[in-house]
Amino acid sequence: MNIRGTALWGFVATMVLTGLLSASQQVGLTRMNIPFMLGTMTTPDRDRAKLFGFLLHAMNGWIFAVVYAAAFQSWRRATWWLGAAIGLVHGLFVLAVAMPLLPSMHPRMASEEHGPTPTRQLEPPGFLALNYGRRTPVSVLAAHLVYGGIIGAFYRLRG
Amino acid sequence: MPTVDNASRYSPILDYAVIGDCRSVALISREGSLDWLCWPEFDSPSVFAAVLDANRGGRFSIRPEGPFRAERRYLPDTNTLETVFHAPEGSVALRDLMPVTSEDRKREQLIAEHEILRVIEGVTGEVELRIHYEPRPDYARRAAKLENRGQLGVWCQTGHGVLVLRCDVPLGIDADMRSASVTIRICAGERKTMSLSYSDDGPAVTPAIGAAARQRLEESDAWWRAWTARCTYEGPYRESVVRSLLALKLMCFAPSGAIVAAPTTSLPELIGGVRNWDYRYCWLRDASFTLRALTGLGYEEEAAAYCGWLLHATRLSWPRLQILYGIYGETRVTESTLGHLEGYAGSSPVRIGNGAHSQQQLDVYGEVVDAIARMARSRDFFDGDTVRFLNGIGKTVCDQWREPDSGIWEPRSSPMHYTHSKVLCWVALDRLIDLHETYGLDLDVDRFRTERDAIRVEVERRGYNARIGSYTQTLDGSTLDASLLTLPWYGYIDAAHPRIMSTLKRVGERLGRGGLMYRYDDDTDDGFDPGEGAFGVCGFWAVDCRARGGQLAVATEDFERLLGYANDVGLFAEEIDPETGAALGNFPQAFTHVGVINAALTLAAGSSETAAVGKEVRG
Repeated sequence: MNIRGTALWGFVATMVLTGLLSASQQVGLTRMNIPFMLGTMTTPDRDRAKLFGFLLHAMNGWIFAVVYAAAFQSWRRATWWLGAAIGLVHGLFVLAVAMPLLPSMHPRMASEEHGPTPTRQLEPPGFLALNYGRRTPVSVLAAHLVYGGIIGAFYRLRG
Repeated sequence: MPTVDNASRYSPILDYAVIGDCRSVALISREGSLDWLCWPEFDSPSVFAAVLDANRGGRFSIRPEGPFRAERRYLPDTNTLETVFHAPEGSVALRDLMPVTSEDRKREQLIAEHEILRVIEGVTGEVELRIHYEPRPDYARRAAKLENRGQLGVWCQTGHGVLVLRCDVPLGIDADMRSASVTIRICAGERKTMSLSYSDDGPAVTPAIGAAARQRLEESDAWWRAWTARCTYEGPYRESVVRSLLALKLMCFAPSGAIVAAPTTSLPELIGGVRNWDYRYCWLRDASFTLRALTGLGYEEEAAAYCGWLLHATRLSWPRLQILYGIYGETRVTESTLGHLEGYAGSSPVRIGNGAHSQQQLDVYGEVVDAIARMARSRDFFDGDTVRFLNGIGKTVCDQWREPDSGIWEPRSSPMHYTHSKVLCWVALDRLIDLHETYGLDLDVDRFRTERDAIRVEVERRGYNARIGSYTQTLDGSTLDASLLTLPWYGYIDAAHPRIMSTLKRVGERLGRGGLMYRYDDDTDDGFDPGEGAFGVCGFWAVDCRARGGQLAVATEDFERLLGYANDVGLFAEEIDPETGAALGNFPQAFTHVGVINAALTLAAGSSETAAVGKEVRG
């Protein structure tokens, strides 16, 4: 596996994905703020949560880039559309599986069944994260398509 | 003009009280109706605007079903409003607040960034209450669709954010999905809480209610009491001064240090008229007065934040200064009208933004330099950028003071040579010379001295009309203006000087009405039909001027009369109708409350000087 390429393009793709989701929030496509969501798993301090969440998100981006790279190595080819296809599956997984599981993993998130308490006050994402806006799935899928597309386009196969 | 029907659908402006968290405020009527709220910030689009359109604007009301009488107060030294409804079958208390807390506490616990708490408590008997929630986001331009998320409350998307209403009563969404309501019975001792919050982040923080909400109320009250305890004022009328201070604090925008002129838009200066302006911005003309009020009461931190905002905001347009800026220092505050809102009691148009931002107003240079001079404590205050900024302002004043401008009242008629503006140009140069002499700032003082002296010659020659015995609104003019009463305040002339004494007398005769003061003659061309009320702060300027001139007894009497025009919770609007005592214009108005504080400070200083002289004589 091309470790340097994975690290570099995984980082670039993660920054672009974060930027796209942040822009989606600014223009009103979604309210979803992934750094805030992840960071509040570690601290209730809003400002620190956004910083920690950003770092966690960057780490996740690298870890997923390793999975993408492993897929390219096993297929012996890496193209933008192959990356985008993995990104599509990745995005669908995040929306359909990870998000509904979040209330059971997140120490500060309420669930649909159990109302907010003084310690669990964060809004749960709901199916496909639709609670954060009807166009949230579109934003998330588009961002992951671009993430995968960048890694697929620039990753160079090793060996 | 308003019809009878129009007027009856609107609460009088004085019937409103304000709650806030130094980012935004809400207006709540005596009848428990939350009729104005912009979220997340002062100048954001409204969520509730029934004060501007009783039918379309949206409101959140809690009131007894039948007839009732309401009594209100703020909990002592806080901005928590308590309304007690007395109905035939009992009484119930409603406490409204936007919770505030310390930064340390925010780091320990997830807290909604923007929240309104409404806590209902039965006092006696059993009262039937009607709760009605009708959000209308984006100045009622956006269709509201409420969604019941069970335990998580009632949700409403607003575009970039979401409103979450949680309560421990079963609120039912109406068939049209645009409002929710319920009727409940509250017995003595029973408590219910309602939390309305806003978030533009997902996941939104969904505040807990019940005991946790009441704890937020107590924490918030404790925060306000601790803040108020820092007030160093021990003079007369302390209660009014502290209330004005608390109202002023609500208009401070904590993230930037800016202070808005008022948190509302388009409350009319004449009911049914067109003098309806958006005041949710920061006017530089208020700078010097506001800083004196804050520092005079011991609030150096707020004063420093405001001064910091002044220096930051004005750098964007430097060396030219605009008359107003946005809360983050935005220079473009484009004005437009909201044709779909009928306006308060039919007073249209409803404006957002303020076209006055593009006017040339020379007095702001004096205001800004005087404010900076008041805040300076040592040479370290002035970094290189600030010295260049001040030098640039001085040069701009020297280049422009001979030109006509729009004057302090920013009329929308042609520019003129306003005497007050010329004097404030003198103030700018005089303070710059003082700063050079005190702190050794590298400024072009030779030119400043020459121009400063030339301004004084011009004002004394052409700005004082010996025939009527008064300084006049414009050079070579014969009309009067209440702003001329601030000349001693700026140190331009001694308040006991015959010219200012006679100006005070003439202005009082022509513009005064029972202690109140119009800002200028009714026949002055300001671009609109005549008919506005007396201008709140002008009455307090007259008190200040009189007290400085040694007429303490009359000044005190006038001050007491003016305080009588505040509403039952001590708040003032921009203007007052001398005939009825009704409030007019945007509400509450920072400038008027700054006037209360400064007049009280001057009266207190005058009283202590008199006492000291008395002691010396007796000794």
